[in-house]
Amino acid sequence: MNVLSDHFAEFREGFLGTVELTGLSGLLALVLGILMAAFRVSPVPALRIFGTAWVTLLRNTPLVLLFLAVTLGLPALGLKGWDSFWLAVLTLGCYTSAFICEAVRSGINSVPVGQAEAARSIGMTFSQTLGQVVLPQATRIAVPPIGSLMIALAKNTAIASGFNVTQLGSVQKSLNADTGYNIYVIFLWIAVCYIIITLAISGLFRLLENRLAVAR
Amino acid sequence: MSEESVAEEATAAAVPLVVLKGVNKHFGALHVLQDIDLTIARGEVVVVIGPSGSGKSTLCRTINRLETTDAGSITIDGRPLPQEGKELARLRADVGMVFQSFNLFAHKTVLENVTLGQIKVRRTDRREAEQKARGLLDRVGVGAQADKYPAQLSGGQQQRVAIARALAMDPKVMLFDEPTSALDPEMINEVLEVMQQLARDGMTMVVVTHEMGFARSAANRVVFMADGRIVEEARPDQFFSNPRSDRAKDFLSKILHH
Ligand SMILES: Nc1ncnc2c1ncn2[C@@H]1O[C@H](COP(=O)(O)OP(=O)(O)O)[C@@H](O)[C@H]1O
Ligand SMILES: [Mg+2]
Repeated sequence: MNVLSDHFAEFREGFLGTVELTGLSGLLALVLGILMAAFRVSPVPALRIFGTAWVTLLRNTPLVLLFLAVTLGLPALGLKGWDSFWLAVLTLGCYTSAFICEAVRSGINSVPVGQAEAARSIGMTFSQTLGQVVLPQATRIAVPPIGSLMIALAKNTAIASGFNVTQLGSVQKSLNADTGYNIYVIFLWIAVCYIIITLAISGLFRLLENRLAVAR
Repeated sequence: MSEESVAEEATAAAVPLVVLKGVNKHFGALHVLQDIDLTIARGEVVVVIGPSGSGKSTLCRTINRLETTDAGSITIDGRPLPQEGKELARLRADVGMVFQSFNLFAHKTVLENVTLGQIKVRRTDRREAEQKARGLLDRVGVGAQADKYPAQLSGGQQQRVAIARALAMDPKVMLFDEPTSALDPEMINEVLEVMQQLARDGMTMVVVTHEMGFARSAANRVVFMADGRIVEEARPDQFFSNPRSDRAKDFLSKILHH
């Protein structure tokens, strides 16, 4: 009697749930994180303030509290009918974006300011300077910490199981109720699933780092 | 050509290209530019000289608004410098700038450094931009380096690429902020020669430099700055042989007899 082969469907569903949740909230975090980093270095004071507030608020709130605020708060504000999966994507994406923003910003700060001045002095706008000159060079510095943040995100998805989202954490909850299996074995298999995901992420980012290193 | 356009051109030529009036700037408590009045005519080459920290770089950078000013007005070709934004970007494209530290885009090839502004700012088609870039790179003598990255070039070559990058925008005026100060002595001349040729071709230039040879041979006027003020303006031969102010005499004695 093997818990993995007996309940393979549940494990597969949980695994895919975690992968999907990580992938989608990671994508949202990247988009928002880069946008907020652009806000934080923009010449418009209102955008800088917004970016700083975003990072300060989200980076300093415990993730569980954020989940509570979103899953209880949004419906209370009248935003009903959101699927718990998408609420989890929203929460994890916004939370992680605050950290990504800071990783991107440290990359931006590593690019000599003279190059941005040179770009501006040939008539490039702020967004052209950022997009053509600064961000492509900031990437090399920002990619390794972003890789770590994505691994942290994959593990943080476990918190979503407490908010009715099917992923690896919920496999453990449903199987615990089922008597006859060794609880440690269940945990072991769940851990293996997480390791597969996190190793895949580190592999992906290692690849990315190498590609960027080759392109000088 | 119609009479009207001839008349228009005549008035355009009469309007000075760069005019600074009563420009003041502070860095905190430091009054780095004090009541600067400076008029630069079309085709004129002005060398700015003065002790370190006197505000020469700041003056240069205010002309394309890399530094904002606290008071006074700056006009380029009759148009006042606008606030930060698209319009300022457009105006900056007409003002070329060459920096002491070259500031080439490190992730782009030499050719891409010279085409980027043409393609993104002037919306020139890539083919045409590359053709023009190759022409300019040949003109400054680094045509053979087009496909290398900036880090693979010597300082003198990098600075000449930076000049080509600025020229690619067809600027009305070129600003040089100590373009040879970061170079090894044997590379200084190759950059100065390019600048001298530019001056002969009629480019309007503002050059912060301590290269007396360049000032004597290429400049129409020398502007001497000290402590945020323009202390003296003169023709180069007059300035170097017979400076009027004590500050200038003192400065020249320091840099000429060491
Ligand atoms: N961004 C800045 N913030 C504060 N002080 C500055 C800044 N840039 C220059 N300064 C100061 O302004 C003065 C003039 O600088 P600068 O224009 O670079 O002089 P120069 O080019 O003649 O050597 C110096 O005392 C310098 O320390
Ligand atoms: Mg200087």
